[in-house]
Amino acid sequence: MTRASIAAVPPATPDQSRRTAPHVTIRGLCKTFSDTPIYDHFDFDIPRGKLISVFGPNGCGKSTLINMIAGLVPPDAGEVLFDGRPLSDVKFGYVFQNYREALFPWLSAFDNIAYPLKLMHVAKRECDRRVEQLVSRLGVKIDLSLYPYQLSGGQQQLVSIMRALIVEPEILFLDEPFSALDYEMTLFMRDQLQRVFMETATTTVLVSHDLEEAVYLSDYVLLLSRHPARVVEFVPYDAPRPRSDRTMTESDFVATKAHCLKLFQQEVRRG
Amino acid sequence: MNRSKALLPLVGVVILLAVWSLVTSLKLVDPVLLPSPLSTFRTLWAGMVGGKLGADFIKTVMRTITSTAIAAVIAIPLGILLGSSEKLYRSVEFLIDFFRSTPASAMFPLFLVLFGVGDRTKISVAAFGAALVILFNVAYGVMNARKTRLLAAKVMGASRSRVLFDVMLKESLPQTFVGLRNGVSLALVIIVVAEMFIGSTDGLGQRVFEAQQLFDMPGMYAAIFAAGALGYTLNLLFLVIERRFVHWAGR
Repeated sequence: MTRASIAAVPPATPDQSRRTAPHVTIRGLCKTFSDTPIYDHFDFDIPRGKLISVFGPNGCGKSTLINMIAGLVPPDAGEVLFDGRPLSDVKFGYVFQNYREALFPWLSAFDNIAYPLKLMHVAKRECDRRVEQLVSRLGVKIDLSLYPYQLSGGQQQLVSIMRALIVEPEILFLDEPFSALDYEMTLFMRDQLQRVFMETATTTVLVSHDLEEAVYLSDYVLLLSRHPARVVEFVPYDAPRPRSDRTMTESDFVATKAHCLKLFQQEVRRG
Repeated sequence: MNRSKALLPLVGVVILLAVWSLVTSLKLVDPVLLPSPLSTFRTLWAGMVGGKLGADFIKTVMRTITSTAIAAVIAIPLGILLGSSEKLYRSVEFLIDFFRSTPASAMFPLFLVLFGVGDRTKISVAAFGAALVILFNVAYGVMNARKTRLLAAKVMGASRSRVLFDVMLKESLPQTFVGLRNGVSLALVIIVVAEMFIGSTDGLGQRVFEAQQLFDMPGMYAAIFAAGALGYTLNLLFLVIERRFVHWAGR
C-alpha cells in the first residue's frame, strides 16, 4: 500500500513491472497480417498473480496478442515463455468472446465444465467432485444439468469461465468476454470475474474494449499503441478488492481512467 | 383456444374429403376414374390388413430401408473423411455435384447390366442416389463446423482425433440428419419407380401400376395413399430420431 499514493498517475517504468519475477516473458514477438506488421519485435513481461487488461485502438492487435501467447495464432517470430517453460508445459484457460460458439451444445453445462478434465483422462467421479468443488467455491447458482442453449448469455459465459478454470490453470486468458452481453449482465459478470480472481489469484489477461471495465477489474492496464503495437504505458491501479460501484466514483479510479483515456486518444489521433 | 389450434392441421384434410365426397356423390367426374372416398379407404383397409397391398407395402419398406442403410453406411464415413479435409473435398466436389444432379433413374439401364433384373438393381440404384445426397450433406456439416468450437477444443488440449470425434462429428449431426431425410425420400421415389418398370412382381410401385393396368381405380388410389403414408412416416421417423439425438439443432 506504500505505492498507493503514486498509483493515480504513475510513470510506469520497466522496473516497476519487474519488481516481482514475471510470470510470462514475451521477447521479440513479430506478426504480420497481409503485409501489415501488427507486432514488430514486441517485448513484454506479464506479472504473476495479477489481473491485467489489454486496451488500445481498434485493430491494434489486442486479441492477437493473447492469441499468440495462448498458441491460437502462431507468431512469425519471437518467443513466449511461462517461467522459462514453453506453452506446451503449461495449463492455461481461454475464454472466447463468443460463448455461444465456444460451448458444446450437445453437452450439459456440467459436462461442458468437466470436458477439459475428460481430455486429461480424469476419472468420472473425480471430475464430478472437482466441478462441484469449483461451483461451491465460486458460489455459482446455475442449474448445471441444463444445456447451454437453455441458459442466459451471462450464465453461458460463466460456464465458459468455469470450463477454463476447472484445470486449475496457472494463467487465464479472456478475449472480450462480456462484449456480447447486455449492460446489466456485464456489470454482474465483472463482479463474478473479480470474485473468481480473488478466489484463485490466477494470473489473468483480459482483452477489453471498454476502458471503464479495464480499469475497474485490473491491477494493471496494458495500453497498446496503433500497429505495430508498442507498450504505450503499463498503468497500475491498486484499489483494494472487492471493488464495487463506489470504487468507480473514487478519485484514483477517475484519475487512472482519465490518464488512460488521454493516452488512448493521443494514440488514436496519431493514426 | 389451444385445442382448436391443435385441430388446425385437420382442416385441410376435412376440406379435401368433403370436396372429394361432393364430387363423387354429384357424379361430377366419371365414377370409374374417381371412386368415392369410402370405397377407396375400404379398399385401402382391406388391402393393408391381410390383403396383397400389405405385403407390397412391407416389400417397399424393406427395399427403401435397406437402400438407405447401405447409403448411410457408405456415405457417412466418406462424408466425414471428405469434410475433414478441404483439399480432398474440393478435388472431388465436381464429381459429387455432377452425379448428385444426374437423375438416378437414368442409371437404371447401367445397373440392370451390372446386377440383372431383381432386388439388387432396385436397391443399388436407390442406394446410389441416397448416398450422394447423404455424402454431400455430411461433408458440408463437417466442413461448416464452427471454427470457434474447434479452436476451443484445441485450446483445451484435444488431439486431432478427439477434435474430430468430440466436436466435428457432433457439429455435423444436424446436417447429417438433413441428408438422411432427403436420402430416404429419394430412395423411396427410386424404389417405387423401379418397382413399376424394372421387371418387378411386387412392391407399392407394382401395385399402383398393376391396378391402373386392370382399371382397378379404388385399388390404385389405395396404393397411392399407402405410398404417401409410407413417405410421410419415414420422414416423421427420422425427424423424431433427430429431435431425440440432435436436441441442439437450430438452437
